[in-house]
Amino acid sequence: MSQAYEISHLLAGVMLVTSFALLYQERVAAVLNAFAAQSITLALAVAWSAWSDNRPDLFITALIALTLKGIVIPVALHRTVARLGIHREVEKVVGVGVALMVGLALTGLAQALVLKVAAGMASHAREELALALAIILLGFLMMIVRRNAVTQVVGFMSMENGLILAATGARGMPLVVEVSVAFSVLISLFVFAVFVFRIRERFDTVDLEALDRMRGDRR
Amino acid sequence: MPGLYVSGVALGALAIGAAMASLVRGPALAFVYPLSALAAVVLGVVDLQVLLSGSEAAIRLPIGLPTIGFHLRLDTLSAFFGIVINGGVVAASLYGMGFDRAKELTPRVEPLFPLFAAAMNLVLIADDAYAFLFSWELMSLASWALVVARHTDPECRRAAHLYLVMAAIGTVALLFAFGGLAGPAGGYAFDTVRAHRPQPMVAALVLTAALVGCGSKGGLIPLHAWLPLAHPAAPSHVSALMSGVMTKVAIYGFVRIAFDLLGPPDWWWALPPIVLGAMTAVLGLLYAVLDRDLKRVLAYSTIENIGVIFVALGLALAFSANAQHEAAAVAMAAALLHVLNHSWFKSLLFLGAGAILHATGRRDLDGLGGLIRRMPRTAAFFLVGALAISALPPLNGFVSEWLLFQAVIAAPALPQAALHFASPAIGAMLALAAALAAACFVRVYGTAFLGRPRSAEAAGAHDVPLAQQAAMGGLAFLCILGGLMGSVLAAALAPVLHKLVGGALPGPGSGPTPFSLIAFDPARSIYDAPVIALFVAIASLTTLIVVHRLSERRTRRGPAWDCGFPDPSPATQYTASSFAQPLRRVYGAAAFAARETVVMPPPGDIRPARFSVVVVDHLWRVFYAAPGQAVLGLSECLNVLQFLTIRRYLVLMFVTLVILLSIAAVTT
Repeated sequence: MSQAYEISHLLAGVMLVTSFALLYQERVAAVLNAFAAQSITLALAVAWSAWSDNRPDLFITALIALTLKGIVIPVALHRTVARLGIHREVEKVVGVGVALMVGLALTGLAQALVLKVAAGMASHAREELALALAIILLGFLMMIVRRNAVTQVVGFMSMENGLILAATGARGMPLVVEVSVAFSVLISLFVFAVFVFRIRERFDTVDLEALDRMRGDRR
Repeated sequence: MPGLYVSGVALGALAIGAAMASLVRGPALAFVYPLSALAAVVLGVVDLQVLLSGSEAAIRLPIGLPTIGFHLRLDTLSAFFGIVINGGVVAASLYGMGFDRAKELTPRVEPLFPLFAAAMNLVLIADDAYAFLFSWELMSLASWALVVARHTDPECRRAAHLYLVMAAIGTVALLFAFGGLAGPAGGYAFDTVRAHRPQPMVAALVLTAALVGCGSKGGLIPLHAWLPLAHPAAPSHVSALMSGVMTKVAIYGFVRIAFDLLGPPDWWWALPPIVLGAMTAVLGLLYAVLDRDLKRVLAYSTIENIGVIFVALGLALAFSANAQHEAAAVAMAAALLHVLNHSWFKSLLFLGAGAILHATGRRDLDGLGGLIRRMPRTAAFFLVGALAISALPPLNGFVSEWLLFQAVIAAPALPQAALHFASPAIGAMLALAAALAAACFVRVYGTAFLGRPRSAEAAGAHDVPLAQQAAMGGLAFLCILGGLMGSVLAAALAPVLHKLVGGALPGPGSGPTPFSLIAFDPARSIYDAPVIALFVAIASLTTLIVVHRLSERRTRRGPAWDCGFPDPSPATQYTASSFAQPLRRVYGAAAFAARETVVMPPPGDIRPARFSVVVVDHLWRVFYAAPGQAVLGLSECLNVLQFLTIRRYLVLMFVTLVILLSIAAVTT
């Protein structure tokens, strides 16, 4: 049985590594690929818990993650990027080194927090929760260290991946919740997409700095 | 039950009258005042009957909040304040009946008048926190709408705005007071509140909140700033209601909370009302003496009287806490009688000010003068009011002030050192206030009615219509009657005094005459108004006769001496400002940092010399301007947050999240 936990930890760990990869990628296409990798790993992790814990409803969750986040959304974003012609380097607010250091600190914080707060839980569930929290925080961090609207969308989706991983780890989360989470993600993606296109139409760029300039902000 | 039934009916009639008046325009507005007067008379009679018979009536209406309902109760305390209020409403309505139908009735004022009156009555019979706050807010909003009726005047708008803000602060404070009274169980009906006694800390909170809530409505310093602006801004008969009557509703609220709902008092409860009240009394009159606007002077004098009443209430709390029931009854009787008396003479004075405003169109004292010849009846009534408010015997103001000083004199018998030593200081401040009140009204009366007119409007003044004279005359009659029959009034208060402080004054029967007012015992504290009135009358008549008999009546011829009037210009007369100058020099320098500067042109220059006075209102600066500045500064700082970029908002959220998570990680 412990082998099952080892494998699910491995998959969660791979997701965390892809989160770090998301932080240091410099090109939009690479960011999207890293995100697709993370989503596919998520689908694998969810499928593995569905199989090992004998909870067939989680297969649906895995399927949703795989099709929507692993394939449809990255492909759609790839096409958008290609159409808008923005596959150049993404401007960052802080350097890669700093972002990675902060990410490391956040991972440490997530570990320390979960190990303390969830002291009563079984150790394997605790580990998984800590990894999920670290992924969520890294997704948030990605949203604030990038200036590009597309990469912000990706950061947001990455947070969502962390949430679903946490939900899988927490036993007894009903399918309805997962479906609603998935739909909320879908809807927010649409909103983001609409915004991206509107920004593009108006400013000929998806760099958020254009928005700031429009409002007369100075940095 | 019958009492409340009639009350309910009359209240309903008032409300329907308001609704109809707001629907019907034009000539129908003229029916507002007769109907209001009628309803107020009915309510007043019911109140009187309840006060005299001591029977209480309660009812629970199935409106309001679902589980609480709307409790109403008419007990003797409500009935007493009901008499005060409905008396004022009758006088103001009578005054309103004298308005010119074509010119002076507006749909901005008349429909709200009965609403305001009904709301004040409703506050008195409210028997749960919800009903109380609802009616209290209704009263505030109705009076606010009356203040803002002349909204084209920026001064009015400013007054109304300040009033609204202060009313909101007061209601929030009362909300806290009732929250504290209800306790954790949340029993908001007054019966449930009476049943349990709050912890000392909760009692302190409730008392503070009640002082803020009721004090802001009554004009307790430093919550007074709106009052001298808002009361004069309303039409004069509404000013009379606001100043003479609505401030009494504030007193009622404090009495209800401190003496009835909060349970047996502790001695330290007495300190805040006494100290704030004494400060209010002195400062209110200093403001009044220095102001030159007739209605504003009256409003400041209202503040002073509220201070006096709060001192009396504080003393009643102190005596009550020490189980000195006779002394507590004296202090409480002083407070309640002053409530009644002030409602009469302040309404009278405001109606008089309204008559002057109507006749001359002016409120500035330095533009009036000589009105005693042009408005003889108003002058006579105003004189009665001015004498009464200056607490001269045998008028009614003296009765309550006398009782108050009896209570102050008894205060050194209190065991607590703080009260023991404070009482002489309080007595001195009250005496100062009384002297300043006399000076203030000598100044008002002398400037407005005596001398020669200082403006063309004052010279062309004429007396007001009969209904308005009747309103003032009735109040003047009450002031005289209340002075002579003070002992009867005090005896009628006995059920209220028993209910609030568990004691009463010795009845009038134990004195030498049927109308002796006795505070403690006939040997050392007795006031016999009719005897004093008789003595005053005999002495004055004798003096008059003697002077006329003994003085030389033969016409003499002598050299022209100008009779002291070398210059016929009325500008050479003593003015309100010049009358106030000595007082301003003595007290103003300390209280208001008053500075006088004289700019004298050099010899040969034909420019006139300039005299100017700068007065700084410290209270406004400290309690209003400074907090206002602080709030503005803070919002300027926070304003930056309104214009961040999306990414920075995200950073803020993220940093907050990380900090909270770190705290959770460290503390667990």
